[in-house]
Amino acid sequence: MNRELKSVGKGVRKKDAMQLLLGKPAYVDDVTPSDCLVVKVLRSPHAHALIREIKTDVAEKVPGIAEIFTYKDVPQKRFTMAGQTYPEPSPYDRLILDQRVRFVGDAVAIVAGEDERAVDKALRLIKVQYDVLPAVLDFHEALDNEILVHPEENWKALCDVGADNKRNLCAQGMESDGDVDAVIEDCDITFTRTFHTKACHQAMMETFRTYTEIDPYGRLHVVSSTQIVFHARRILAHALDIPKSKIHVEKPRIGGGFGAKQTLIAEIYPAFVTWTTGRPAKMIYSRKECQTSGSPRHEMEVTVRIGANRDGTIRALDVHTLSNTGAFGEHGPTTVGLSGHKSIPLYTGELEAFRFAYDVVYTNVESAGAYRGYGATQGIFAVESVVNELADMLGMDPVDIRMKNMVREGQIMPAYYNEPASACALDKCMLRCAERFGWAEKYPVRRMPDGKIRAAGVAMAMQGSGISGVDVGSAAVKLNDDGFYVLRIGAADMGTGCDTILAQMTAECMDCSVDDVTVFGADSDASPYDSGSYASSTTYVTGRAVEKACLELKEKICAVAAEMLGCAASDLVFHGREVEKADGSASVSLADIATKSMCGNNIALEATSSHSSPISPPPFMAGMAEIELDPETGAVEVLNYTAVVDCGTAINPNLARIQTEGGLVQAIGMTLTENIRYDDRGHLTENSFLQYKLPTRLETGRLNVEFASSYEQSGPFGAKSIGEIVINTPAPALAHAIHRATGHWYRELPILPETIALDLARDAENGAAE
Amino acid sequence: MEITLTLNGKKRTASVSPDTMLFDFLRNHGCYSVKCGCETSACGLCTVLLDGKPVLSCSVLAVRADGHTVTTLEGLQEEASEFVGFIADQGAEQCGFCNPGFVMNTIALLREHPDPTDDEIRAYLAGNLCRCSGYEGQTRGIRAYLNAKKEGLL
Repeated sequence: MNRELKSVGKGVRKKDAMQLLLGKPAYVDDVTPSDCLVVKVLRSPHAHALIREIKTDVAEKVPGIAEIFTYKDVPQKRFTMAGQTYPEPSPYDRLILDQRVRFVGDAVAIVAGEDERAVDKALRLIKVQYDVLPAVLDFHEALDNEILVHPEENWKALCDVGADNKRNLCAQGMESDGDVDAVIEDCDITFTRTFHTKACHQAMMETFRTYTEIDPYGRLHVVSSTQIVFHARRILAHALDIPKSKIHVEKPRIGGGFGAKQTLIAEIYPAFVTWTTGRPAKMIYSRKECQTSGSPRHEMEVTVRIGANRDGTIRALDVHTLSNTGAFGEHGPTTVGLSGHKSIPLYTGELEAFRFAYDVVYTNVESAGAYRGYGATQGIFAVESVVNELADMLGMDPVDIRMKNMVREGQIMPAYYNEPASACALDKCMLRCAERFGWAEKYPVRRMPDGKIRAAGVAMAMQGSGISGVDVGSAAVKLNDDGFYVLRIGAADMGTGCDTILAQMTAECMDCSVDDVTVFGADSDASPYDSGSYASSTTYVTGRAVEKACLELKEKICAVAAEMLGCAASDLVFHGREVEKADGSASVSLADIATKSMCGNNIALEATSSHSSPISPPPFMAGMAEIELDPETGAVEVLNYTAVVDCGTAINPNLARIQTEGGLVQAIGMTLTENIRYDDRGHLTENSFLQYKLPTRLETGRLNVEFASSYEQSGPFGAKSIGEIVINTPAPALAHAIHRATGHWYRELPILPETIALDLARDAENGAAE
Repeated sequence: MEITLTLNGKKRTASVSPDTMLFDFLRNHGCYSVKCGCETSACGLCTVLLDGKPVLSCSVLAVRADGHTVTTLEGLQEEASEFVGFIADQGAEQCGFCNPGFVMNTIALLREHPDPTDDEIRAYLAGNLCRCSGYEGQTRGIRAYLNAKKEGLL
């Protein structure tokens, strides 16, 4: 950049910050009428069953009940609830309601009534007789099991993802580069380890919720807490079997998403009620429903075989992932890919060969979905842990082994679709992280006077910036009275601040203040098409669309100014608040141009641009954790966590920092406290925040976040992405620190105090016996 | 049954059923700042002041407020405005859904302990979950406010 940036790179306040902090009405349930039908869903108590008989006659007599729907009332075309670009990789395996229920919490009936009390009563009075079927609860046993989760003939996969419903297979694949077996054969050292991560929940504070009504044009108007207004329109059209032109989806403020709201969890039920009855309806998920019938992370078992030389050169990585998509295939075929694509390339440096193979299976547990990290988190936990173990075996410092093998700027990454590491400061991240953290002092294990043990661990990570060749970001910029701009977007700000950072880019391009830019979105009727806010795409993909739209708008503004000044547009220079003749002889203000555009004008002062990128430049980061472990109780306290992130240019350093801190804490929860357990009948134990333990502010330790910037030429102002990568380092770094403190490698998450304490007690017993 | 309470400085009389929770009563009376995050008294989003003390409105019966004073964020805009800008300067509001409960409990904290340490802030607000921010930005914001106040900048 040849001029100093005025808005980009500044930690400006989020545009909606003060309204949100002062508790103004902003979310679905605040801004939609309360005098509408209350919609709730009767949930299956069985992991796998066929509904033999369902009687609703008594329930329908409850005063205030408007309608009760069963599987007999819904369209019979299968669809997916996954918010992905059409044709979706996720198989079409859903009906709104099905005669076969496939997990505890699956939908059995939809009840709509005047108030919650009536609906709750009716739910209790629906009589269902089930033919209970044997269930597939263990994902190791799913493939080619004689019990089929989706035996139906009208199941279909739109994309070739290796799916086969007659094998409980949602996706299967293999890719490789070089002869991994031959290279490993030639290595000094090789070993194989298997890791297990569970179906953790996003646990955004606002549960799933949607309001629906018929608008004055007879269309279905949907107000929903969603990251994907355009995908939502298409999915609802598929589910209800009605034309897409009949649906209008908008999102107000969203109370957190983290990927959960990239799947249509709540929308379909009230939409069906409203479309059928013509009456407004609202569905608000309880926290229990969020836990039992939401869209958690895919449970994965990742097996890593590594081949290295005694000097620490990592020559081969062979990764297999078994992923559990649960009862339905939402995001199943795609999440699994990241477990290899975002872990193996970290070691592109010296890597001679790799293989990545995967199976994604259906089981009779809660359907999984998209969660920040999207498979990368699981794969990076496995690969980074194996590298830490390798360093331990070789007696090498785990920072040194990474410096020796990590991907470097300019390298082509064969395990990442042969894309280049065009901007990569991973080396700087690691060195700066070690310096800031005090790696040399903290890495040695220290026993404290009170018997507790202090230890440290390290990991690194990457992610992507949008989906290459698929994601479309768009922006429309319009000049208004007095010279203020409206930026319309289809990306959804779910609290992350994308409205603000895109306004910062607009202000930078149009040489005005951020306050001169108003942001509108997202609305399927009014916004330009955008895939939506997921895959760490908004800054990188939609940001470029903003730049393009601004460039075009400047030309149009100059065209109007040229008419006003009686010269050619090419003679003019755009200065932000005015347009001037190149020779300085005359100028016209932006406000006057705006006024002129509204009287006797033929040039629309509005520009819309779309952008899609053939590459998805990875952000990189390094993370280091210091813990204090109590060998008596197994309790692990995180003392501090240092992270240095290369997200390219940080458009808003404050928001980038908060993203990082939030991601770290979410991952600390996933690693240490957020457990998922099913009983032998498929019931989830952790179905409330009493059992599903999110970190409080007492459990985060001190967080130190820094940025080591690179400049991504293809990104807006050099930016890549920040949203997802930040959740990927704590699991391997904490597992590493716990190994340092205990001598045990923990390969299953979460790593609970009781597990550690029992292991240490066993060690003590064995030691005494010897 | 009929209850009479003072809500944000105004006397209100209303008919409620015995099992109505204060949370539902408040939202039905236009206090949309009050949010529900968990239904099990585990998240702190529904925090309001009952006779000046922070309570979780999801687990207090509306009839318990009969004859008492209830204050929500709608009634404390001025007191909140004094410090929430410092949270905004950190970007720590994020999605905002937990903000009203967090702000209400912070008001209670600052009334009780006008000059808390960072650890006291964390301990007092431990019951207020936030899934976006990682908490540290909120602590920095409160610290910046306290510092500004000490330096006589407010």
